[in-house]
Amino acid sequence: MKRSTFGSWASVAIGAIYFLLPLLATFEFSLRMKRGVYSFEAYRIVLGDVHFQASFLYSVVLALATIIVGAIIVTPTAYWVRLKLPKLRPVVEFVTLLPLVVPAIVIVFGHLRMYNSQSLLPLTDSNFGTDVLITFGYVTLSLPYMYRSVDTALGAIDVATLTEAAESLGASRFQTLTRVIFPNIRAGLLSGAFLTFAIVIGEFTFASLLNRPAFGPYLQLVGANRAYEPAALAIIAFVVTWAALGLMQLVGAARRAVTK
Amino acid sequence: MSEANVAATVSAGSGRRRPSLAILGVVPFFVFAAAFLIVPTGLLVVGAFQDAEGGLTLANISKLFSPSILSAYAISLEISAASALGGAVVGFFLAKAIVSGGLPAWVRPAVTTFSGVASNFAGVPLAFAFLATLGRTGLVTWALMEWFGVNLYATGFKLLSFTGLTLTYLYFQIPLMVLILTPALEGLKKEWGEAASILGASSLQYWRMIAFPVLWPSLLGATLLLFANAFGAVATAYALTGSSLNIVTILLYAQIRGDVLHDQNLGYALALGMIVITGLANVGYIWLRAWAERWVK
Repeated sequence: MKRSTFGSWASVAIGAIYFLLPLLATFEFSLRMKRGVYSFEAYRIVLGDVHFQASFLYSVVLALATIIVGAIIVTPTAYWVRLKLPKLRPVVEFVTLLPLVVPAIVIVFGHLRMYNSQSLLPLTDSNFGTDVLITFGYVTLSLPYMYRSVDTALGAIDVATLTEAAESLGASRFQTLTRVIFPNIRAGLLSGAFLTFAIVIGEFTFASLLNRPAFGPYLQLVGANRAYEPAALAIIAFVVTWAALGLMQLVGAARRAVTK
Repeated sequence: MSEANVAATVSAGSGRRRPSLAILGVVPFFVFAAAFLIVPTGLLVVGAFQDAEGGLTLANISKLFSPSILSAYAISLEISAASALGGAVVGFFLAKAIVSGGLPAWVRPAVTTFSGVASNFAGVPLAFAFLATLGRTGLVTWALMEWFGVNLYATGFKLLSFTGLTLTYLYFQIPLMVLILTPALEGLKKEWGEAASILGASSLQYWRMIAFPVLWPSLLGATLLLFANAFGAVATAYALTGSSLNIVTILLYAQIRGDVLHDQNLGYALALGMIVITGLANVGYIWLRAWAERWVK
């Protein structure tokens, strides 16, 4: 087959223009706050805004809580299914993929119906209850990614032999899980964690409909009222996403290097 | 050790003897899934078939076919379809370029890494980026005016429209397509291309008669996944258009916020309609993927 690289270069070049131009434009726009000169004024204002700091911190804590709860729910389940209940694997996998089928806005609508102030378990009555609810909501959103990362990592180690070895040395189930399995799938957990972080940090729908002071609703509010700050925030959000997913790739590369 | 091996070892182990107790290990997971995923969604589905007093009715479903709601679904379907098709076509050429385009080795990881980031760069910040690019004071709008004398907004272009939203959605749709399609393109065996060229086939003939017939379930499946992805998106559209564009997620958002339909149960029906549409798209995807896997091993 005759192979010319012209078409390939053209595809990549067009892609590069479409993907880099908005970033460039956003960056340029974010520098335009002071008339006539480029400055980081918009960044200074945004970073100094107490609402920015508070909402960003809130979302970071929420993301960490989501990662911890998600890991606690997903890891023992994926481990147990691989060890004892392989027949159940397709069912568990199907459930973990449901959040990709049911849109997030529908899930949060369901939460509001099930846990509102007139319900049996009125989680939305208190701020703490709502924080718990939104964390569990984010855990459902992260389920497809978290489960897949952990399950793939479990597939790369010999779960049965490791478990037998641990048990013959007198380890309890809990010890096996925390001292043997967890350390062995650390890379998988981390890559799921970074992806979860990237998803949660700017999430809008859940936070906005549950009225929590998270970063996503803050972004929307600034966007509706300001001119240059939103561009600066978009750049900041892009850098955060890039950092989270860059770390994920790095962890993935390290894992591949180890398994080789 | 392969997955099949693990499964074989495991099922030959101690699990077989006491399945009744082993099942307890997955109870926390299923309780969680039931409480925060299955039952909440199920309650909406039930609510869609109830009237305000809780009696069974199909009235909510039939009210979905009123002109205003139907048009919201229609615009959502159009934008999702357009951004899925656009994302699929561009994503295909991009994936093909990096997998078999004969480009230097650094291009591929650069494109896939960026795709990983861009497919997650959705929501409010993406809307900001496009406002800064193609908004009234955006860089591209300005450059077109300054350098080419083209007034974009005089041509009737609006970012807060079908075209604008589709163009914006492509920013996460194309990378998603690249990520899904790259493994499928890798499944095309080199020998097929070589055999075809030895027999005198042109590149176009190879794609039309060999690669495409093998690839089309993957292509179509991925397109359906992109469709569902766009259909459920809220934040980008909301930040870009406020509530001015009547798409179904924005309508549902307004309904959850303040019962704009003045009918709680109609709201549940609206959600049910969304589940049905994204559900069908996903069933199609799964079915096509199973089909594709018979060929591409």
